[in-house]
Amino acid sequence: MIQVKEITKFFGKKPVVQDVSVDIVSGKITSFIGPNGAGKSTLLSMVSRLLNADTGEVLLDKADVRRWKSDDFAKRVSILKQSNYMNVRLTIRELVSFGRFPYSKGRLNAEDELKVDEAIQYMNLEDLQHNYLDELSGGQRQRAFIAMVIAQDTEYILLDEPLNNLDMKHSVQIMKILRKLVNELGKTVVIVLHDINFASVYSDYIVALKDGRVVKNGPTHHIINSDALKEIYDMDIPVQEQDGCRICVYFNS
Amino acid sequence: MRNRTKLLILLGLAIAFVALYVFYALNGNYHYAFPRRLMKVFAMSLTGVAIAYSTVVFQTITHNRILTPSVMGLDALYMMVQTFIYFFFGSMSILVVNIHYNFLFAVIAMIVFALLFYRILFKEGKRPIYFLLLVGMITGTFLGSITTFLQVLIDPNEFLGLQSKMFASFNNVNSDLVWLAAVLILLTIIYGWRHMNQLDVMSLGRDTAINLGVPYDKLVQRMLIIASILIAVSTALVGPITFFGLIVANLSYQFFNTYKHSILITGACLMSIVALVGGQWMVERIFSFSTTLSVIINFVGGVYFIYLLLKESRSTG
Repeated sequence: MIQVKEITKFFGKKPVVQDVSVDIVSGKITSFIGPNGAGKSTLLSMVSRLLNADTGEVLLDKADVRRWKSDDFAKRVSILKQSNYMNVRLTIRELVSFGRFPYSKGRLNAEDELKVDEAIQYMNLEDLQHNYLDELSGGQRQRAFIAMVIAQDTEYILLDEPLNNLDMKHSVQIMKILRKLVNELGKTVVIVLHDINFASVYSDYIVALKDGRVVKNGPTHHIINSDALKEIYDMDIPVQEQDGCRICVYFNS
Repeated sequence: MRNRTKLLILLGLAIAFVALYVFYALNGNYHYAFPRRLMKVFAMSLTGVAIAYSTVVFQTITHNRILTPSVMGLDALYMMVQTFIYFFFGSMSILVVNIHYNFLFAVIAMIVFALLFYRILFKEGKRPIYFLLLVGMITGTFLGSITTFLQVLIDPNEFLGLQSKMFASFNNVNSDLVWLAAVLILLTIIYGWRHMNQLDVMSLGRDTAINLGVPYDKLVQRMLIIASILIAVSTALVGPITFFGLIVANLSYQFFNTYKHSILITGACLMSIVALVGGQWMVERIFSFSTTLSVIINFVGGVYFIYLLLKESRSTG
């Protein structure tokens, strides 16, 4: 399991994340929410060892993530950031095959190929798999990157705003797939979200950050109510129930 | 055309040019000209491989296809070291007359400089690699200015001697040095070859590479050191010669259109052997030394590059 213990990160003199402690519950979807600049992405980057914390530690199975061997860690935890700039031209299948790198070191065996096939199927990309990434729409490209992470076959999947720039249909499609990964394959998903309604409808736990600190942390139904949201966003947000989903109607509050 | 076929064609071309260079107008002179030519071809192949390898690696770790390792200022340092030797010790000093000493002195100076440079910069923690390049560029310009200053003050007769060090030349390579350089270059490349697949992942960017279990920052440092050693050894052997790295690296990207560094680097190495040996043959036999190798390589390479770009714009446009 992943435990975050009192981590702090400064960018220059400005603290971006301060004394944050969070336990990630296994086999669930946990969303990080909060206003812009709250430190959600920075926190996620430290959990996934893309950034080092200045103080405090992140533990995976009780061992500091910085002490894990790079490729062992990559078999347990995967991270997908928002922008994925690349210098090379790849097809979807080539990209997804890179997901097997921690296991195969670049030489794919039959099992790796099978995992790649599965991941491509899972994201419904069979017809597109030989297309180049730069020929795809934003939603297709995002699905290709998620397929890579699925091929990586890790217990923990961390995603930094995967719904950015996606329309409603593709957003729902991706959230449903994440839900399926958790329900069917027992993965643990940690996701940074901007749209609180997606967080409300799809996540099991919510960690709310504000000014680099955790302000709320708990099961979704404890967080999605007007009082808690007021504390997080400084807005009066009415919450309405619709078919068992709590929807925050923040558009004119 | 499959990439394996393309590599075989390049290999064939390289062998053909080597044979042309060694056997053309040899007239059965197997005692004098033959071993000398072999040594020159060997030196050209070595430097070609070193430059091609270090340029591709350098472009991958900087995520930039128009940079060459010369921005790190190693060529400038080489020129400064040579100028210092001529300025302070004179052309009759042992560091000039004994080419072994000169070679070792230059290699050690460049490697020590590079290591110190990285030690200081990487100690500061996570600096973006562009910061390093910027410092390298400024240092290079600074060293270049000192060099020019000293060259202006130097005795004109001494300057003539120094001038021979300023341009890459294969005409008087020393066979002992070639063997020494060969050992250094091959060991470095064999050491670096283990990381070939990790380089493929590095071209996906830092975040994705770390996600896939590549120790990115450590690998960048290691690769920079490898590139520096290769540049240092090949520059000390034949003089400043990084100019064609840019062209063979980019030709290789265009020609092979793959992300696999094992193919890209092998291709770039073969291309640079073709370019250097073929170019040198033209310099000697067609132009009878009236032009320089860099002019020919840049002309032919540039024309081919423009052709590739035109072809590409036609297929997409």
